[in-house]
Amino acid sequence: MIAYVLRRLIQSMLVMLTVAFVAFSLFSFVGDPVANMAGEDASQRDRDQLRRDLGLADPFPLRFVRFVGGVLQGEFGFSYRNLQPVARLIVDRLPATVELAVSATALALLVGVPMGVYCGLNRSSALAQAIQAVSLVGISLPTFVTGILLILTFSVGLGWLPPFGRGDTVRIGWWQTGLLSVSGIKSLLLPSVTLAMFQMALVMRLVRSEMMEVLRKDFIKFARARGLTSRAVNFGHALRNTLVPVITITGLQFGSAVAFAIVTETVFQWPGLGLLFVQAVAYVDIPVMATYLVLISFFFVVINLVVDLLYYAIDPRLRDGGPGGTGKGR
Amino acid sequence: MSSALLEVRNLRVEFPTRRGTLRAVDDISFSIAPGEVLGVVGESGAGKSLTGAAIIGLLEPPGRIAAGEILLEGRRIDNLPYEELRKIRGRQIGAIFQDPLTSLNPLYRVGDQIIETIRTHLPLSEAQARKRAIDLLQEVGISSAAERVDHYPHQFSGGMRQRVVIALALCAEPRLIVADEPTTALDVSIQAQIITLIKRLCREHKTAVMLVTHDMGVIAETADRVAVMYAGRIAEIGPVRDVVQNAKHPYTQGLMGAIPSIGGAEERLAQIEGSMPRLTAIPPGCAFNPRCPKAFDRCRVDRPEPIPVGTTQVACWLYEDARAKEAVHG
Repeated sequence: MIAYVLRRLIQSMLVMLTVAFVAFSLFSFVGDPVANMAGEDASQRDRDQLRRDLGLADPFPLRFVRFVGGVLQGEFGFSYRNLQPVARLIVDRLPATVELAVSATALALLVGVPMGVYCGLNRSSALAQAIQAVSLVGISLPTFVTGILLILTFSVGLGWLPPFGRGDTVRIGWWQTGLLSVSGIKSLLLPSVTLAMFQMALVMRLVRSEMMEVLRKDFIKFARARGLTSRAVNFGHALRNTLVPVITITGLQFGSAVAFAIVTETVFQWPGLGLLFVQAVAYVDIPVMATYLVLISFFFVVINLVVDLLYYAIDPRLRDGGPGGTGKGR
Repeated sequence: MSSALLEVRNLRVEFPTRRGTLRAVDDISFSIAPGEVLGVVGESGAGKSLTGAAIIGLLEPPGRIAAGEILLEGRRIDNLPYEELRKIRGRQIGAIFQDPLTSLNPLYRVGDQIIETIRTHLPLSEAQARKRAIDLLQEVGISSAAERVDHYPHQFSGGMRQRVVIALALCAEPRLIVADEPTTALDVSIQAQIITLIKRLCREHKTAVMLVTHDMGVIAETADRVAVMYAGRIAEIGPVRDVVQNAKHPYTQGLMGAIPSIGGAEERLAQIEGSMPRLTAIPPGCAFNPRCPKAFDRCRVDRPEPIPVGTTQVACWLYEDARAKEAVHG
């Protein structure tokens, strides 16, 4: 088990190194940060001086090695735009994005799983059909449209919820949280619903189809034949057997929620990593962009590891190769 | 007959389809006495498994009981609400299914599945139920049961899993067990052990069994009485000895002729010409008439009802005269 985790960690390192390389090399071609920084009336000498100061005059491999070396020591370089350490920028912005992604994923699960179970159990009921139809909308509507429609309804129309920003925040250690103030929670609602919409629809449809498949299995029939209550059969025996795919998707979706909160954060001017990244792109802020991408790949790697470990917790067949074990057959 | 444990009267199971209603079980009646083993034999699609499913109230929709009644200890159970019937399942009627590999929930320890079933039906504490689960596993012949109780289904072989399934069926001391092809999915070498086990346990616990199988050998060895089903109807029902040694219905005679015997003359195995009609195309008169070597005009027009001939009941016009004569002489 420990060997497995170690092996996975080494693999993860390689993945992140590759991502860093791709990101870094791509960003070398997106534009010239010096043009932005020096301003229009800088002389060519000033520009060259700045270029040398930033280390941009060095050949690409050297710059990349320097970047990776810095990352390994926890040094992510300085942002060209605000001339602050990238690490500090990330730490400032991270809580906003994590709170948004976690609340969106939690919302997606809390609503999506029960709806999926309901639709799987009562396939032909009118409500199930309606949920199915609405979920199709949820899955096909782009995030920015959802966001704008929500702003139009709840901020502009009804005036209940703020259309942008994070509201009041409270600092706990280095973590700036918006969860402890009324305005913070009100501000969180619209963006997290927007971000959750797609995931919710996806989780609901997945749980529904998995439930329908599991309910046909012999062990469900046998559980019924033993007179177990519907509750025990549906939630104890059936739902648990649907969890492996649901956890996979939820894990990936949580990663996506962190990574692709960019659109939602832009729509709601949410001061998170996504907004930081969008601003960095506009300014060709290479250290910020590269660090962001490395961080996102780190998230994905960690999430995948957690997902794999959860499989072990859920499915005893993966834990050992006992007699009659048929591997991961579902 | 009033002392019967289970009484099935004029049971009819139908499947509504777009092309009309299929009658899978057509007007069958039989009873099972307390502690008796009734074998139900027939080809695939003869309706024997559906009869079992109807008794435990687990017909899969759109299949439904269209007519008739099922009485357990004199109480009608076919029209009970789901929740009432659930309390009877497992507690008064146990079930064993065909495939032990798929009958157990792979994600739960076998002990937990037994304990859950026991505690659903009996007012026992967790510890008492666990004790009982270990005793049961021991009783079905699982060695070091105290340890095995915490194992998962995939850690048991097929035969061992069927023993667990039997323990599960017996764990709330039901009066009747519906065993649907309990040995079909097992190795031939294991089949005899499982049959012996079922026979012994039911004798010790005074449990009646409805043993559904297409294996005449199993019936001959285990059952007290046997019902031969053909195309949704009972062709012949009577004490197993009489039916096996002195089959009356031409179909039963055909079945018996198709059993190979060790030490018998080396002749070709007898077989019944043709195959059972599909439910959509059951011929008028006796359903067996197109394949029957002794069919005469009446068989193609009138449907025979079971008539008592000696100790058995036979649905065949060949015996109409015999009965008439008997009536005259008697």
